Amino acid sequence: MRALVWIVEDTWQATVAEAAAYLPADADITLLHVAGTEAEGAARAARHALLGRPHPTPHADAQPLRAISEQAAEELLAEAQALLGRPARRETRRGRLEREVVAAAEGMDVLVLARDGDRAHLGPRSLGPAARFVVDHAPCRVLLIWPDVTPDVTTIPPPPDAQPPRR
Amino acid sequence: MPEGLALALALVVLASTLGAAVFRARYVTEAAAGTAGALLLVAVGAVSLTRAGDALRELAPTVGFLAALLLIAEGARREGLFDAVGALIARGSRGSAQRLLAFVFVVAAGVTALLGLDATAVLLTPVVFATAARMRTSPRPHVYACGHLANSASLLLPVSNLTNLLAFHAGGVSFARFAALMVLPTAGAVAVEWVVFRRFFAIDLGRPRQPEAQAPRPQLPRFALVVLGLTLAGFALSSLIGVQPVWVAAAGAAAITAPALASRTTSAAALARAFEPGFLVFVLGLGVIVAAASGNGLASAVRTVLPTGSSLGDLLAIAALSAILANLVNNLPATLMLIPVLAANGHGAVLAMLIGVNVGPNLTYVGSLATLLWRRVVHAEDADIELGEFLRLGVLTVPAALVTATVLLWLCLKV
Repeated sequence: MRALVWIVEDTWQATVAEAAAYLPADADITLLHVAGTEAEGAARAARHALLGRPHPTPHADAQPLRAISEQAAEELLAEAQALLGRPARRETRRGRLEREVVAAAEGMDVLVLARDGDRAHLGPRSLGPAARFVVDHAPCRVLLIWPDVTPDVTTIPPPPDAQPPRR
Repeated sequence: MPEGLALALALVVLASTLGAAVFRARYVTEAAAGTAGALLLVAVGAVSLTRAGDALRELAPTVGFLAALLLIAEGARREGLFDAVGALIARGSRGSAQRLLAFVFVVAAGVTALLGLDATAVLLTPVVFATAARMRTSPRPHVYACGHLANSASLLLPVSNLTNLLAFHAGGVSFARFAALMVLPTAGAVAVEWVVFRRFFAIDLGRPRQPEAQAPRPQLPRFALVVLGLTLAGFALSSLIGVQPVWVAAAGAAAITAPALASRTTSAAALARAFEPGFLVFVLGLGVIVAAASGNGLASAVRTVLPTGSSLGDLLAIAALSAILANLVNNLPATLMLIPVLAANGHGAVLAMLIGVNVGPNLTYVGSLATLLWRRVVHAEDADIELGEFLRLGVLTVPAALVTATVLLWLCLKV
């Protein structure tokens, strides 16, 4: 079984723990981290907002931030593997999170990921835009975990027809 | 030269100079564009040599002041202040993204107020990005906070923003009085940002996290902190002891730079890059170009649009119009255009204008809406930036921050 585990900042420990618990011992595991370029873009933009200041070339400007983010991704995957306690491949990608995860899931049997939205209520908002896209487009089975305590079913709002219909 | 033609020419030169700065064409630098534009306007008689000389003389202390501030900020970076602050807030956050955001707000507001918005945008933002990455939390809210606070917190002191320095030198208030009048408006604008950020990034900030190992407490660079503290005290006391604040800044710049030069931890070339001579020349050129436009009818046009009173309604109108102008032409030329007109109306009007030109650019990530649209049309640059998110954050914060800050300014002026 080929399994892809999407490692995300904040929720990575819970995801790794669930992967270790539910993936079979002989699973061929790949730990994936995708560095979103959006925050890097925002960090560069703060500087580009300054009118008339001399700028390094866009390439040179992006380099230090990219290096920081690549190093952080390597370290995160190393720690995730240590926590997993099994052999696993590591893969890092850059770009739009949801697109890269779906592309990396091609040819996999199962994708493990954590919900990235509202964690207090069951419901569609428990998926943020990235996980929503990935779940909707995943080219394989999906193991979708709650990164925290799973909310109970009373967090679902009553159905719209709970009150007696008016005549 | 007839006034109408001179005005048209000055506006064309202004637009081209701003265009050169916005597009950052490789073959024409900002400084060259500003100088060429100013020389052209003097040569064709759109602005007299005397008037151009006056504009340069008025701007010279401001530009010198800015150079000193840039050197102080570079000194603080060289001494490791920004890295140490990054490590300190990572430690203080104890793994919580919300606490990290609170610390980023405090640090970004402090750096902006004391060292100016350039320091936050250029020196602090990458450190905050690295801090969030090292804490294994989403950097988005924290990086956006730096960008927004570089503008919103730049109301506080004359040194916080070049626009403030320009207004400060146009006269009227002492350093301490400026700070006293602007402390509540700044606090109000930052509070609005805080409320909006907490809601806007609620999901990013609320993700459950497990505790991680604590890093050791970093050493703050004492020398840099002492120089910054003394410089700030000098600013506060400048009017009491009868020294121009620009000399305090110069002393601070010398104090933090001289030891590094002596011990060769920096070079003259690195210092020359740090105080951005090209930018200083650009500001001087822009000053002459705007003086040409103002002298040929732009000032009277602005005068007919801007209210002259100091009622709350007038101050709000001045802040709003200044924010609109800043988004049309960027806040530096907007300030140069507005100061000569507003200086006659007392410092309430000038400070309301500063609220508009400083907070207004938060509407976009490139300082003005016009710049944003042009750049996106011409370049494929910044394609990885989620435009919609920036704009929504701007729309949620800017009007509320403008109104809050202006109302608080009006109250402070009453006291």
